[in-house]
Amino acid sequence: MNQEFQLHPEIASTFAYEVDLLYFFVVAVSVIFMALICILIYIFAVKYRRRTPDQQAEAQTHGNLLLEIVWSAIPLALMMIMFVWGTYLFFRVNQIPEGAMEFYVVGKQWMWHVQHPTGQREINELHVPINTHVKMTMASEDVIHSFFIPAFRIKNDVIPGRYTAMTFEATKTGKYHLFCAEYCGTDHSRMIGSVYVMEPEDYQNWLSGGVSDETPEEAGARLFSQMNCVTCHSDQAGARGPSLNGIFGTEESMVGGDRIVVDEAYIRESIINPRAKIVSGYQSIMPTYQGQVTETNIFNLISYIKSLPSTEGTQ
Amino acid sequence: MSTIESNGVVAEHKIPRSHYLNATYTVKSWLFTMDHKRVGILYLLSISFFFLIGGTFASLIRLELATPQADLLEADQYNTAFTMHGIVMIFFFLIPSIPAVFGNFIMPLMIGAKDVAFPKLNLASWYLFIFGGTFGILTTLLGGVDTGWTFYTPFSSTYSNGNVILAGMAAFIAGFSSILTGLNFMVTIHKMRAPGLTWFKMPLFVWGMYSTSLIMVLGTPVIAITLVLMMVERGLHIGIFDPSLGGDPVLFQHLFWFYSHPAVYIMILPGMGVISEVIGAFCRKRVFGYEFIAMSSVSIAVLGFFVWGHHLFVSGQSIYAGMVFSFITMLVAVPSAIKIFNWMATIYQGSVSYDAPMLYALAFIGLFSVGGLTGVFLALMGLDIHMHDTYFVVAHFHYVMVGGAVTAFMAAVHFWWPKITGRMYPEGWSRLAAFMIFAGFNLTFFPQFIVGYLGMPRRYHVYPEEWQLLNVMSSAGATVLAVGFVIPAIYLLWSMKNGKIAGPNPWRAVGLEWTLSSPPPEHNFPITPIVEDEPYSYGQIIENPVIEEDEEVGVVG
Repeated sequence: MNQEFQLHPEIASTFAYEVDLLYFFVVAVSVIFMALICILIYIFAVKYRRRTPDQQAEAQTHGNLLLEIVWSAIPLALMMIMFVWGTYLFFRVNQIPEGAMEFYVVGKQWMWHVQHPTGQREINELHVPINTHVKMTMASEDVIHSFFIPAFRIKNDVIPGRYTAMTFEATKTGKYHLFCAEYCGTDHSRMIGSVYVMEPEDYQNWLSGGVSDETPEEAGARLFSQMNCVTCHSDQAGARGPSLNGIFGTEESMVGGDRIVVDEAYIRESIINPRAKIVSGYQSIMPTYQGQVTETNIFNLISYIKSLPSTEGTQ
Repeated sequence: MSTIESNGVVAEHKIPRSHYLNATYTVKSWLFTMDHKRVGILYLLSISFFFLIGGTFASLIRLELATPQADLLEADQYNTAFTMHGIVMIFFFLIPSIPAVFGNFIMPLMIGAKDVAFPKLNLASWYLFIFGGTFGILTTLLGGVDTGWTFYTPFSSTYSNGNVILAGMAAFIAGFSSILTGLNFMVTIHKMRAPGLTWFKMPLFVWGMYSTSLIMVLGTPVIAITLVLMMVERGLHIGIFDPSLGGDPVLFQHLFWFYSHPAVYIMILPGMGVISEVIGAFCRKRVFGYEFIAMSSVSIAVLGFFVWGHHLFVSGQSIYAGMVFSFITMLVAVPSAIKIFNWMATIYQGSVSYDAPMLYALAFIGLFSVGGLTGVFLALMGLDIHMHDTYFVVAHFHYVMVGGAVTAFMAAVHFWWPKITGRMYPEGWSRLAAFMIFAGFNLTFFPQFIVGYLGMPRRYHVYPEEWQLLNVMSSAGATVLAVGFVIPAIYLLWSMKNGKIAGPNPWRAVGLEWTLSSPPPEHNFPITPIVEDEPYSYGQIIENPVIEEDEEVGVVG
C-alpha cells in the first residue's frame, strides 16, 4: 500500500488495467470539450465585451439548423462509442471464469468475514494468490454493504436475502485497501480491511500457517446432521424430503411444473424459505430455518451439498 | 444607472409611491397573502434559513474531514451531519429554490399574468413546505437521523437508531408542497399567458419551469408512497423491503430513484432557464437556437424518468436492465450539450457585460459542463463499478447541484433583485463574491474527483492517511466558499435600504417583467399587455425609463 500522495490508484488486477484505459479515454474527451468550451467562452467574452453602455450586439441570429445537427451528432457518436465500451467491460467482468477459486464473504455491521476454499477464515483481511481467477460469493447478515477493492477497480453490493458474486484476477503482489462502500450505519468507515496479493507459494505457506480448521464441506456435513437435515433428506426410499446427492447444478422439476437449476441461491432459499419451491412428489412440510442458521453456515451447508456425489439408482 | 448619466439625462429614478411591498405592512397581510410575489418572498426567506442550516452541517463535515482521524465528531454525529446536510439541502433548499422563489415571483410577470392560476393553493403549498420544514427542524433538535438522505432499506426501516419516521414525514409533507406548486405552474402557463404570447414566444425560463412542473407532478407522488412504505415497515413491521420480513431491499432503491433521479432535473432545469434569460439580457442578443433550448428542457424532463437504474449498476440489478439504463442516460448528454453550445453561440457577437448575474452565468456554463461530463463516467457501467459510492460521485453531484443549480440561483437573485426590491446591490462586492464562490467551489470539489478515483468511499468519517492532502484542499475551499456566500447575504440586506434606486429596467432587458415598475405594483399589469414581439427581441436600444410620480404605475415602456 502506497502511503505517499497519489493522483492515480494502483493497478493490481487485469480488470483495473482495462478500466483505466476507458477512464483515460473519457478523461481525454472531457478535457478536449472543456478546453473548447473555456477557450471559446474566454475569447467571446473578451472580444465582444460591452465597451459603451449603449453598445448593441453585432448581430441578431435566430439559430442555425446545421450547427444544431453537428453539435448534437458529435456528442451522440462519442456517447455511443463510450456506451459500447463501458457495457462490454461490465459484461466481461460479470462472467465468472470456469474453475475460479471460490471464496465466501459475509458482511455484517461492521466487519467482513472471509472463508477460503480450504476452510481458513479471516476477518477484515483477504489473502489471495496472484494470477489466479477468484470468485467471491457474498451475502449480508443485516443491512446492505458493498465489497470494494479500489486497486482491482471492482465493487459489488452485499445484500441481505440474496447472493451476489464478483470475480477478479490479481496481477501485482502487495497490500491493498478493502472498503465497505455502501453506507451501513455507525462504523461504516471502520468496516475496512486489507487485501494481500501473494505469490502462490507464499499463499500456500499462509494457508498452512493458519489455524487448521475444518473445510467448509466438513463443517457443512457436521451441521447437516446436527440440524437434523439428514432425517428427511436421507437417501432411503420413501424419505420425507428429496435426496440431495449429486443434485447441485442439475435441473429439478417443481410442483406446478416449473423446472429450475439447483444453484447456491436456490439452496439458500430452500433453507430460509422452504415453501417457496417444492420438488414435485414431495409435501411442503419443511420448517423454515430463518434466524437459526448464520450466512456462514449456509455457505458451509451449500459446500457440503455441492460435494455430495451423485448416487444413481437409489431414488 | 450609468446609462441615464451617459445620455445626459438628469432625471433620477424613484421608488414608486405604491408597490406590492408597501401596499400593506401587517404580519397578517403577509401570512394570508394571495399575491404570488409575496409568496415568492416568503419562500425566499424560508429557503435562505434552510440553506444556512444545511450549510452549517456541511461545515461540520468539512471540518471533521480535515484530518483522517475522528476528532471533532463521533461516528454517529458525523453520520447525522451528512444525512441532515443532504435532507435539508435537497428537500428544503434545492427543490424549492428557483421554482418556488422565482417561479412564483417572476414567472407570472414574464407571461403577463395577474397572478398564478390558484393563488390560495399557492399559499397552501408554502404552508405545507413550512409544516414539512418544521418536521425537519424537529428531527434535527431531537438528535437527527443517520440514514443518509437516500433512506436505503433495510438500514432505515430496521437498523437505524435515528428519527427516521420524523425525517421521512418531513420529506413526505414537503413533497405535497412541490406537487401543488408544479400543478399551479402548469395550469398558469397553459391558461394565463397574455394575448399573443404563444408557446414559442415564451421566455426560456418559462419553458424550464414548465418542464420542471411536469416532473414535480408526475414524480413526487412516487417518493411519497415509497417513504410511506418505508415508514410502515419501520413502525408496523410489515415486510416490504427487509428480507428478514420477506421484503426486497433493492425494490426500495428502484422506487426511491424513480423520483430522485428526475428530482435532480427539478433542481437543474429551472437553473438552465435562468441562465438562458441572463445570457440573453447581458449579451443583448436573441438566445441562439431558442427552439432547441426549449425542447431540450422538455426532452431532459421526459428522458429523466427512464434513467433511474444507473444508480443500481452494482446493487444487484440485472445486467441487461443496467444496459438499457446506461444507454438512455448517455442520451441525456445530448440535450445538455445542445444547451451549452447554444449559450456559447449566443455570447458570440453579443454585447457582453460583466455584471454579477453574467459572471454567475459564465461560471454556470463551465461548472455545469464539468458536472455533466463527469456524469458520463458514472453512466458507463464498466467505470461505475469502481466509481459508484466514491467521492467521485460526491464531486459530480456537487458540480451539478452547487456549480449548476446554486450558481444559477445566485444569478437569478442578482438578476431579479432590482425588480424585487427596487434597488441595486453594490457592484464591486457582488463581483468579488462571485469570484470567491467560483474559486472556493472548485477548490472544494475538484480534489474530490481525484480522491474518489483513488477509491475514497463517500460517507466516511475516518479515512486512510495518504488522502489527507486532498481532503485539506477540499476543506480549505469550503471555507472560501462559505465566505463567498456570507458576503452576498450582507450586501443584499444592506442594499434594501441603501442600494441605488434601480428603475423599472436597470439591465435594459427585454421581457414583460421589465415593463413594470420596480418593485412591481401590488396588482400586476393594470392594462393587460399584448405580446407581438419574438422573445429576446434585442437589436434596438432599450432604455431604463424614469417614471414620473404622476405617471400611472405599471404601464411603463
